[in-house]
Amino acid sequence: MSLFKNMAISAILLGLFAVVGTGMVSLTYKNTAKRIAANHRATLLKTLHELIPADQYDNDIFSDTIRVSNPALLGSNEAINVYRARKAGQPVAAIIESIAPDGYSGNIYLLIAIKYNGQIAGVRVVNHRETPGLGDAIDLSHSDWILSFTGKSLKNLKSRNWAVKRDGGNFDQFTGATITPRAVVKAVHNALIYFNQQRDKLFVPPTTKKEPAA
Amino acid sequence: MKNSYLDIARNGLWSNNSALVQVLGLCPMLAITNTMVNSLGLGLATTLTLICSNVSISAIRHWVRPEIRIPVFVLIIASIVTVIELSMNAWFHELYDILGIFIPLIVTNCMIIARAEAFASKNSIPHAFADGLFMGLGFTLVLLLLGTLREAIGFGTLFQQIELMFGDNAKWLTVHLFGNYRGYLLAILPPGAFLGLGFMIAFKNMLDRRIERKRQAVPAKQRVQFVK
Repeated sequence: MSLFKNMAISAILLGLFAVVGTGMVSLTYKNTAKRIAANHRATLLKTLHELIPADQYDNDIFSDTIRVSNPALLGSNEAINVYRARKAGQPVAAIIESIAPDGYSGNIYLLIAIKYNGQIAGVRVVNHRETPGLGDAIDLSHSDWILSFTGKSLKNLKSRNWAVKRDGGNFDQFTGATITPRAVVKAVHNALIYFNQQRDKLFVPPTTKKEPAA
Repeated sequence: MKNSYLDIARNGLWSNNSALVQVLGLCPMLAITNTMVNSLGLGLATTLTLICSNVSISAIRHWVRPEIRIPVFVLIIASIVTVIELSMNAWFHELYDILGIFIPLIVTNCMIIARAEAFASKNSIPHAFADGLFMGLGFTLVLLLLGTLREAIGFGTLFQQIELMFGDNAKWLTVHLFGNYRGYLLAILPPGAFLGLGFMIAFKNMLDRRIERKRQAVPAKQRVQFVK
């Protein structure tokens, strides 16, 4: 009887602590969720503004999005976001949340902004796990390599030049890291190909929202 | 068990240092210490977690039964780390962008539960607070030293990317030690962390031995003087 009582007290105590712990976490979550979402938006907007300056568009870039899916060219089986910048109703640029799936250590998440005329407005790495000191030079805080994409298009750079220099292309590789820049160059190139194929569908106004076929 | 604050400080910073003597928390430590700024970030985040977990575990020490203490500690530590992560993400978002990746790593730091079990569950709240503070500081100092060594050898710089933590005003702190240094990869990769930590432990042991020898030598000398 007393053994049973002991077990019951321990179990109840443990249960109480679990309730208190979970309560603490869910209370914090409830109080912070909105702020966290707002912070994420602000950070994303800051990056978007680096690619497309705020004075070049006048629509609400966050609500003017479509979700598209193309595993071969956009690197993900899931649908990804495309933000659309317009000015006075005219399309300005599309910002694609693309993924380079063949990085040295997993996916490299990219934001690729492509102007309506097919030129790259800019590329940023949002998230990656490449080797510090080697592959992380794709990150703007480590080197300005990523800026070398700006202004490039399928017209002014031939398909075979969309590669790192070691592969006969136009982009620098890093000392000791070729896989990382190779993956990013390929992903940006693929995103451009996708953009050129789907451009008109990508800019379909939000009222007639339609997912372009992959 | 009596603990003066001086003892707690000495334990945390030197004689029972969590990184050099207990060799706890290797996983986050070796992964993160490739630059000074990363090391400082992880050290501060760990210290904060350690203080919070030590204080709360000390506060509930009379209610926890010994047979369920480990799951209770795990529960509390996991809750605290999550609360800290969420709060930082909400209110210190810029800092979170830098330290955010380290905070989940803190859960893998066995030092936190070791201090809960070995110290906080047996001592008063102020003592547990002091223990968390000094254990955390001791850990931070070792991280910082290892980070400095690895950054200096690996990149040839000091305070690289300090602006991420202290804003653009601190950018001038970044020092390039050698002109046109190409970097030494081994120091940046995990083997460099193991080697660096190994040398640091060896150096600490050497110092300890020297101090011990001196302590023994002093009474011997006095004896000689007595004979004279």
